[in-house]
Amino acid sequence: MSTITTEDVRHLAQLSSLQLSDEEAQNLQTDLENILTYIDQLGTLDTTGVEPTYQVTGLENVWRDDVVQASDISRDTLLALAPDATENAVKVPKVL
Amino acid sequence: MTKISDIVSRVTTQASSARAEVEAALERAQTAEEYHALLSLTAERALQRADQIDAQITAGEKVGKLAGVPFVVKDNYLAFGAPTTAASKMLENFNAPLQATVVEKLEAEGAICIGKSNLDAFAHGGSTENSAFGVTKNAFDQSKVAGGSSGGSAVVTALDIVPFALGSDTGGSIRQPASFNGVFGIKPTYGMSSRYGVVAMASSTDVMGCFATSADDISLVMSIMAGRDDKDMTTLPDYFAPTSDVSSGLKIGIVKETMNEDVDEDVRVATNSYIEKLRAAGHTVTEASMPLAPLALAMYYIIVPAEVSSNLARYDGVRFGRRAEGAMTLAELYGRSRDEGFVTENKRRIMIGSYVLSSGFFDAYYQQAQKARTLLINEFNDLFKEYDFLLSPTAPTAAFGIGENTSDPVKMYLADVMTVPASLAGIPAISVPAGFNDHHLPIGVQIMGPMKSDAALIALAASIGEQ
Repeated sequence: MSTITTEDVRHLAQLSSLQLSDEEAQNLQTDLENILTYIDQLGTLDTTGVEPTYQVTGLENVWRDDVVQASDISRDTLLALAPDATENAVKVPKVL
Repeated sequence: MTKISDIVSRVTTQASSARAEVEAALERAQTAEEYHALLSLTAERALQRADQIDAQITAGEKVGKLAGVPFVVKDNYLAFGAPTTAASKMLENFNAPLQATVVEKLEAEGAICIGKSNLDAFAHGGSTENSAFGVTKNAFDQSKVAGGSSGGSAVVTALDIVPFALGSDTGGSIRQPASFNGVFGIKPTYGMSSRYGVVAMASSTDVMGCFATSADDISLVMSIMAGRDDKDMTTLPDYFAPTSDVSSGLKIGIVKETMNEDVDEDVRVATNSYIEKLRAAGHTVTEASMPLAPLALAMYYIIVPAEVSSNLARYDGVRFGRRAEGAMTLAELYGRSRDEGFVTENKRRIMIGSYVLSSGFFDAYYQQAQKARTLLINEFNDLFKEYDFLLSPTAPTAAFGIGENTSDPVKMYLADVMTVPASLAGIPAISVPAGFNDHHLPIGVQIMGPMKSDAALIALAASIGEQ
C-alpha cells in the first residue's frame, strides 16, 4: 500500500502547475494512493540487465534540412487564439 | 448498414448527390441527439464541400475514392467548421488554425466531415464519462456507457449516422468502444498513420484509426490515412496494401491469460464462438501463454501518465485555450487556468506522471516500466514466431452501466486490460463484433498481429464475416 500525504499532493500539484481546491486535493490523495498501489505490483518483476524501450519502431533522430518553410497560417490567426494579445505579442501578468 | 461503396456509387452516378447524402447524415445526427454522441455539427462547411463535389461530378471531372461520403471525427482531431475541444473546458472555444493531416487526406478523396464526436476529455478514460460536456450513451442501451475514449465515434458508426468515423487509440480507445457498440475498430501499427494535428496524449503509443461497420470499409479508410508525413517524424513509409487474400490454415493463438475467471462469462462465450468460426474457416486456434499480459496495465499506467504530464504541459492559458480571469501572477495564471480547464481524470494522470518522473522515483517506476515493456515486446515476438495472429476478448465485460465505475479509477482502468499490451508493443489490433450477450449488448474480440501486418489482419477479420 503506497502512502501519499497531504504534503505529497501539494508538492505534485505544484510540479504539475495545478492550483487545486482543498476538497479536490483530498479526493486526489485517495485516488493517487490507490493508483500507486496498483502500479507498485510492477516492482516485483525482475528486469536485471534489460534495456528500456522508449520507441517501438526503432527510429532514432529523424532530421529534415534546416531550411525555412513558409506557413499558410498568418501571425494574426495565431494571435487571435491567445486569450490576451496586443501589438503582435501575447500578454501575461507580471512575472516578477 | 450503409457501406462506403454504396454512397460513392450513388453519388458518382448521380442517383443521389453529395448534398443529399450530407443532408441525410445531418438529419440522422439530429434525430439521434439523445445519445449525445456528437459535440458539434459542421453543417455549413459540409454542405459547401458537398456542393463543390456535386459540381465536379456534373462537370465530368474526376473525383476521389470517397466522393460525397459523410464522416465524423473525434473532437481531438483539429478540423475546420467547429471548435476542436478535446471535450474539455480548456479548449472549449479553440478554433483550429489547421487540419489534421489525415483529415486533409480524407477530404482530398472527397469525404465530408459532418461533425465532431464526444470523448473523455483529452482522451483520458474508457467510458466517455470524463467528457466536460456530458456522457455519451451506448448505441444498444442508453443506460450503458459508450466505452471510450472514442465513445462518440463508435456510437455514430453503430447508429449508421455515418459509414465511418475517426478515433484515436492510446491504450484501447478505439477497440474498446468498438466492442461495446458492435462495430469494427482498428488500432493500426504505431507510425502507420500521421498524428499531426491531433491533440497529443501519450506520444509513444498514440495512433490514429477508425470505426466502420465492415472490415472492408476499415481497409479502404486506412489505405487513405496511411503513409509518411513530414510533419510527423514517427510515421513510416506507406506499406499498407489492402488485400482480401487470407492464407489458408493460419495459426492463431488465444491468449489464455485473457480468458480466466476475471473475464465475464458472456465475453468468454462470445470469444469461444468466434474461435469456432475461425476453426470452421480452416484455421488452427490453440492456447498461447503471455505471462506478462496481466502486468501490462501497470506498465501502461506508469508510461502513459508520464507522457501525458509532459504533453499536457503546453496548456498553460497563455497562447491559446482557457485562461483563468483575474490572476495576478504568471504562476497563478498557469495553476488556475489548468485547474479550471482539466477534468479530475486529467489531473490524476498529470500528477501520477509527475510522481513517476520525479527524482527518486524515476528508476523505480518509469525506467522499470520501460524495461518491462521490452520484456512484453519479447513475449509478443516469441509468440509471433509460432502464431500468425493472437486473439483475446477486446474487454473483460460488455458495456457497463453509466456511473457504475466512476468512483473507482483503478476499476475503470481495468477496462483497458486486454487492449494495452498491443499499444505498448506498437503492433496492430482490430476489434471485431462477435455477437451479443443475453441483454442484447454487443461483445467484441480482438485480433492482434505482428508489426505492419495491418492489411492481413483486416483481411482475416473480413473473411470471418460481420456476425
